[in-house]
Amino acid sequence: MAIPQLLVHDRKDTVGVVVIEGLKKGTDMLCVVTHDNSSFKLKSKMDVPIGHKVALTDIKKGDTIWKYGQDIGIAKAKIGKGEHVHVHNVKTKRW
Amino acid sequence: MAKRKKNGKATANKAVAKKNGHSDLTFFGWRRDNGRVGVRNHVIILPLDDLSNSACEAVANNIKGTMALPHAYGRLQFGEDLDLHFRTLIGTGANPNVAAVVVIGIEDGWTKRVVDGIAKTGKPVTGFGIEGHGDIATISKASYVAKQYVQMASELQREECDIADLWVSTKCGESDTTTGLASCPTVGNMYDKLIPRGIYGVFGETSEITGAEHLARARAMNKKVGDKWYKVWKSYQDDVIEAHKTDDLSDSQPTKGNIAGGLTTIEEKALGNLEKIGRECKYIDVLAPAEAPRKGKGLYYMDTSSAAAECVTLMAAAGYAVHTFPTGQGNVIGNPIVPVIKISGNPKTIRTMGEHIDVDVSGILRRDMTIPQAGDALIDMIVRTANGRLTAAEALGHREYVMTKLYRSA
Repeated sequence: MAIPQLLVHDRKDTVGVVVIEGLKKGTDMLCVVTHDNSSFKLKSKMDVPIGHKVALTDIKKGDTIWKYGQDIGIAKAKIGKGEHVHVHNVKTKRW
Repeated sequence: MAKRKKNGKATANKAVAKKNGHSDLTFFGWRRDNGRVGVRNHVIILPLDDLSNSACEAVANNIKGTMALPHAYGRLQFGEDLDLHFRTLIGTGANPNVAAVVVIGIEDGWTKRVVDGIAKTGKPVTGFGIEGHGDIATISKASYVAKQYVQMASELQREECDIADLWVSTKCGESDTTTGLASCPTVGNMYDKLIPRGIYGVFGETSEITGAEHLARARAMNKKVGDKWYKVWKSYQDDVIEAHKTDDLSDSQPTKGNIAGGLTTIEEKALGNLEKIGRECKYIDVLAPAEAPRKGKGLYYMDTSSAAAECVTLMAAAGYAVHTFPTGQGNVIGNPIVPVIKISGNPKTIRTMGEHIDVDVSGILRRDMTIPQAGDALIDMIVRTANGRLTAAEALGHREYVMTKLYRSA
């Protein structure tokens, strides 16, 4: 299998993790779901550092963010499919 | 406790050959009088309190092959906090990686309490109080004893032991999204394979389960243990976080390093953290900080801070002999008496600070290494480390020994 640019834990997830250094805007990313080894393609809408997350779908403000098939927080702004997901647009539901 | 093997002459090669397929995993360690097996043979000079660090460091400087363990506390502590201080010191001396101990304290009373606690293991231990003698006379007397101990320890021989004699702890640090994808599941796979072989395991980090508490509670062996776990987790939320938080803990948990590595929330961090206990094993009891496990072989939970040095110090004090430490952004921690094996799946960390990493599992991200293969690579490194290979942290001189303090001293 070719080396993926994005790994996704679970099919239910709305975000995936960039696993290569220097990912550029406009890359047609190979995305692999680690749970079942299925794959799909997704275009990155911005440069995203290794380890950071990309939205797999359009996310509305107030939506729950899913990773590991679990709730990891809430969107505090609208996030477009292929955009960077991090502390600027997602917040914990705890603390 | 596994049976003692009679044949101590088997070669290291035999152990390596045997481990293929993990059908008969063994390692070479030092079996102590109380039956526990160590993978290091340290003679430590242990200060009761902050005031005694200087004398301990002088003794360790005089007598080559000994090691002082300076720390910041031990005066005017009381109640549960004092109990934890003693439990940590006694547990450190009692750890099977330690062959013999010299304890130095400012006065005789509490010094004796530590000596008596360590002496229950049957290993050589002597205490010295500074008051009435001064540092110089104390250093002199303690140095003579330390010299005898280190010469005695240097003649002790390793013997072949079953893997079931190994106690392996885990805690991750400077996590990022790659730890949840690669290095934490590697530790989980190791536990799924070695817990059924009879090892003792332990995980902790109470604050860092927040967001995955429903999953952690469900991994207890039964409802009673799960309820005990939940009580510990909830009491940390109520008594510590609610009492002391500012607007939120997002500036501290996740840490700045976690955030730089791509982790956004505590929930996301917790879910990655919990990957360390794999898919199969259930924890059988919940331990207080530095409390030794008493319910036999299996996986335990310990109520610890998520700060690396505090947590590893507590697990070492509970008797664990090897520590597995997944890291994403590159935590450099070590421990004076327990080898800390670093596992990382982050290719940038491997590239920029690879000298700190013992097991590279970045192949998981490239999909050219499976998690079971990574688990096998970690088991191989655990055996090699137990047999004597110095970890990156040991070679680089990392000896972080940090007491957990529950509240202000009197």
